[in-house]
Amino acid sequence: MNVAEIFKTMSYGPAPEATDKVDQWLQDHQEHSLLLIDGQWVAPSSGDYFDSINPATGVVLGKVAQANAADIDKAVKAARAAQPAWQELSGHQRARYLYALARLMQKHSRRLAVLETLDNGKPIRESRDVDVPLAVRHFYHHAGWAQLMRTELPGQQAVGVVGQIIPWNFPLLMAAWKVAPALAAGNCVVLKPAEFTSLSALMFGELCQEAGIPAGVVNIVTGDGETGAELVKHPDINKVAFTGSTDVGRLIKQQTAGSGKKLTLELGGKSPFIVFDDADLDSAVEGLVESIWFNQGQVCCGCSRLLVQEGIADTLIERIKTRMATLRVGDPLDKGVDMGAIIDPSQRERIDALVKQGVVEGATLWQPEGACPESGCFYPPTLLTDVESSNVVAREEIFGPVLSVLSFRSQQEAIDLANNSRYGLASSVWSENINRALDVAPQLKAGVVWINSANQFDASCGFGGYRESGIGREGGMEGMYEYLKPRDNKPMEQGIPMPQPQASPQGAADAGIDHTAKMYIGGKQARPDSGNSTQVLAVDGRVVGLVGEGNRKDIRNAVEAAYKAEGWSKTSVHNRAQILFYIAENLSYRDEEFARRLIALTGASSEEAKAEVEAAIERLFYYAAWADKYDGSVHQPPIRGVVLAMNEAIGVMGIACPDGSPLLAFISMLAPVIAMGNRAVVIPSQRYPLIATDFYQVLETSDLPAGVVNIVTGERELLSKVLAEHNQVDGLWYHGTAQGSMVVEQVSVGNLKRTWVNHGRARDWMSSEQGEGKQFLREACQVKNIWIPYGDSI
Amino acid sequence: MAKMMKVDTSQAPPLEAAVAVRDDHDLLNPGTPFNPGWVEDIHINASAVERRTDSLKNRRSLKKDWQAAWLLRAVSCMDLTTLSGDDTPGRVKRLCSKARNPVRQDILKALGAQSLGLTTGAVCVYHSMVETAVTALKGSGIPVAAVSTAFPACMAPLETRLAEIRASVAAGAMEIDIVITRHFVLTQNWRALYDEVCAYRKACGKAHMKTIISTGQLATMNNVAKASMVCMMAGADFIKTSTGMEAVNATLPVSLVMIRMIRRYRELTEFKVGFKPAGGVSSARDSLNYLVLIKEELGDKWLGPELFRFGASSLLGDIERQLEHFVTGHYSASHRHPIA
Repeated sequence: MNVAEIFKTMSYGPAPEATDKVDQWLQDHQEHSLLLIDGQWVAPSSGDYFDSINPATGVVLGKVAQANAADIDKAVKAARAAQPAWQELSGHQRARYLYALARLMQKHSRRLAVLETLDNGKPIRESRDVDVPLAVRHFYHHAGWAQLMRTELPGQQAVGVVGQIIPWNFPLLMAAWKVAPALAAGNCVVLKPAEFTSLSALMFGELCQEAGIPAGVVNIVTGDGETGAELVKHPDINKVAFTGSTDVGRLIKQQTAGSGKKLTLELGGKSPFIVFDDADLDSAVEGLVESIWFNQGQVCCGCSRLLVQEGIADTLIERIKTRMATLRVGDPLDKGVDMGAIIDPSQRERIDALVKQGVVEGATLWQPEGACPESGCFYPPTLLTDVESSNVVAREEIFGPVLSVLSFRSQQEAIDLANNSRYGLASSVWSENINRALDVAPQLKAGVVWINSANQFDASCGFGGYRESGIGREGGMEGMYEYLKPRDNKPMEQGIPMPQPQASPQGAADAGIDHTAKMYIGGKQARPDSGNSTQVLAVDGRVVGLVGEGNRKDIRNAVEAAYKAEGWSKTSVHNRAQILFYIAENLSYRDEEFARRLIALTGASSEEAKAEVEAAIERLFYYAAWADKYDGSVHQPPIRGVVLAMNEAIGVMGIACPDGSPLLAFISMLAPVIAMGNRAVVIPSQRYPLIATDFYQVLETSDLPAGVVNIVTGERELLSKVLAEHNQVDGLWYHGTAQGSMVVEQVSVGNLKRTWVNHGRARDWMSSEQGEGKQFLREACQVKNIWIPYGDSI
Repeated sequence: MAKMMKVDTSQAPPLEAAVAVRDDHDLLNPGTPFNPGWVEDIHINASAVERRTDSLKNRRSLKKDWQAAWLLRAVSCMDLTTLSGDDTPGRVKRLCSKARNPVRQDILKALGAQSLGLTTGAVCVYHSMVETAVTALKGSGIPVAAVSTAFPACMAPLETRLAEIRASVAAGAMEIDIVITRHFVLTQNWRALYDEVCAYRKACGKAHMKTIISTGQLATMNNVAKASMVCMMAGADFIKTSTGMEAVNATLPVSLVMIRMIRRYRELTEFKVGFKPAGGVSSARDSLNYLVLIKEELGDKWLGPELFRFGASSLLGDIERQLEHFVTGHYSASHRHPIA
């Protein structure tokens, strides 16, 4: 076409990005790439290599090393050896390294972007304007955290050696999200890039060397899923950080159960995109382009479920179709292309199969004509209408450029549909009514809410999922905590062995009116479903009472009651504080009675018993004090707007209490949980349950709404397993044996509930260092980041 | 009164598209009754609009022949403008001569674009220069546009403003660029705005009416959108961003808002309305960003002078330099191109 013809057609021509510098790099690494272990590039001990392929062309870009268990072991050892010195550096010194790395990435930004596009198939516009700048930003931001760690994260230290496994959809960016906070906190890492996309991580490894990062601090081992599994299994890593599918995340949680390895998981999603009838519809359409047609829809937080208010549904769908027809799918290296290649034919087939299944289940398919090039691994932008909530395409993550449309009538129905998912990663809310938008955002079960926007990211704002979308956060201060543990984390004492009571022929301790300790469910005293009771023995062996033998049905009832008490999560923090103070007040009226009970049950001295009751009262004050002060924060990412990081209740939480300090431990776990707005199902000390059943009388006089605290007595291991397996329970704190801790972690994967276990180590509940603190509050909350762009003036 | 749709083809051949348009009366927007619902329905999210224009700048890329062709297209859509208190007939004649030959012939030849008969879209002047311009452009097919209605502030009595339109039309202006009473917008008095523009429309007769809404003085994106919609209902053939005299003139975000209203109006009525960003478009790169915005949001139909114009005075110079660079491989200098 010549100039005169183009003048008439006004077509777009080719605009290819130059690849010469990256071609040279690939040629230099043509033989095969290596593993970065202990500052050296070494061949894999297997001697095996696999191809890295450009998905847009099918061309082999190079050979990537297949690391095995021996390589992983070497890498972990190198990291372990390097870690003490790295941690001992001052925060400022680590900040200098991270800053150097950020600058180097900036200096090589085009090379990194081109390599990423070649290896992954994403449009060069995205790797150039999104992936690389965000990765650079992550290092800048975390250079700052390294610098500030001493003053802003006091009492915290690195967890040690971290195994990090990253996905193929944002290879370099995910490497940055993993490596930057880990290094800032003083950890050393073993990074395992995705099999499909290892190359940018290798280039990144070279930049680490160029930045002078000491040997062993960053180790990079390439390979397939097996390699990742070996890394997860390795006994000498202290933490696993994984981004990928929910299924693999579940496996990792199971495999690391009981190991004491810290865990963060960034998993899948089926995020809602909610458009109200007072939204800027044209902008909402563009929001969808930024969401589900970003990175070919291969985005965990892409909003793949469009929920549109009925009155505007037809208009919006028409506009979406018009917009879809102008999306340009093709050569990812072309600067004028909107959608590039799907990562691999297997993935393309998966997308296609799910779409076809959706059509079988009633969806209507629409794709713009002639959208895709004829060769290469491409999939067109796809719209599925007539999707009911039971359709597979409304429930399963497709991980492709496929949008499913559902409609709603009212705000409440929009929220209900949005939350009707096992996932809870992200969400997008479109309305020009700020009252509505800010009302909806807190009600969505999602770690991120984008108001009138989509897919906004910044290193200063935490990112991560609710429900089965993950555990933990990346970015911001909450992301830093994922790579830290309390300093002086001396192994907790194993606890003072409790005196074993002997059954005594003397019988009941009190010959008064029969006192029946029931369970406490939904604000009512409840008999055990089993109809059985267990004797509670005092330290001298006398029977001091009977408690119900709780079973799975009692747990079911208690969870149901807790679930229904959701008003507690919405009640004001002042109200929660007030009630906690009131509980403390009412306990203090009966301090002598509780002290006597402690003496009788545990054989504690009078002083010890009084001290425990006093400590329990103070602890209630402590969390009453925090209830209206554990605020979120306001972030200022580079947008015109704010991001609200809100500390939200996790939801329904189980608590399994230890036997030691039976009153204080019970209060110390319960108070922070309800202070943060959770509703609790508590399994009190198995040996001294009467302390807890006495306590419900205190609760009954303290204006605590029914169902906020539920108490089920019985065998701790059995009942906590039922709680761990219960899919309506969102979080579980377990304080018991090492074995029980492992079981809880293992079986909680059904809904990937948040677990916090003691691995069999007793706390000294009387001490303020171990028995209380902000860690309890952090574990009782999840952070939701609400992005609020604003502005209307010209 | 000059026959606006007739084109004298004896001299430089006009653009194909332009001929088609100027022969077709039906493309005028007849307007609609005042429909307040169409205004109330409008919701604009300024941040999202800005994100779209920011991202679009990097979503399309025009290289080599494509860049040259698109720049020529930009020239063909240009209202070459002089609106200055010291304008003289001599100055206006020079401008008209530039409008006839906006790009050096040797450059056009090198581009293989001589057959296009490239001219600018129009010449835009104050009323007192209309006759001079009409005479200077005789036979070129290039229409004269007159800014009118007490441009730029619109602070004269309505009758005076209507008389000014009629005078310019009588003097041979084929296009009238009118300004609106901004306080109608700022006080949300949409009916008054509608009536005012209807009166202008009537005074324009068969001349094309471009309504300048002065986005920089309308305070909000929602006002921009609503004013655009009201002006289209009142029969605007074009909606135009700015007089070029406001502190903030055309920007991509306000343009996007107006363009989306044009699209909306077309959905509602099937009438096509043109768009003219004015003021602030001064680089070749800017002009390409606008053309891409139009192509993406309105489609190819809008990519010609019949439905798209730039109001600009210095843009042409930059485009000429870019074209020379493309042809020769060397960066150009302003003095190598005839002054406008």
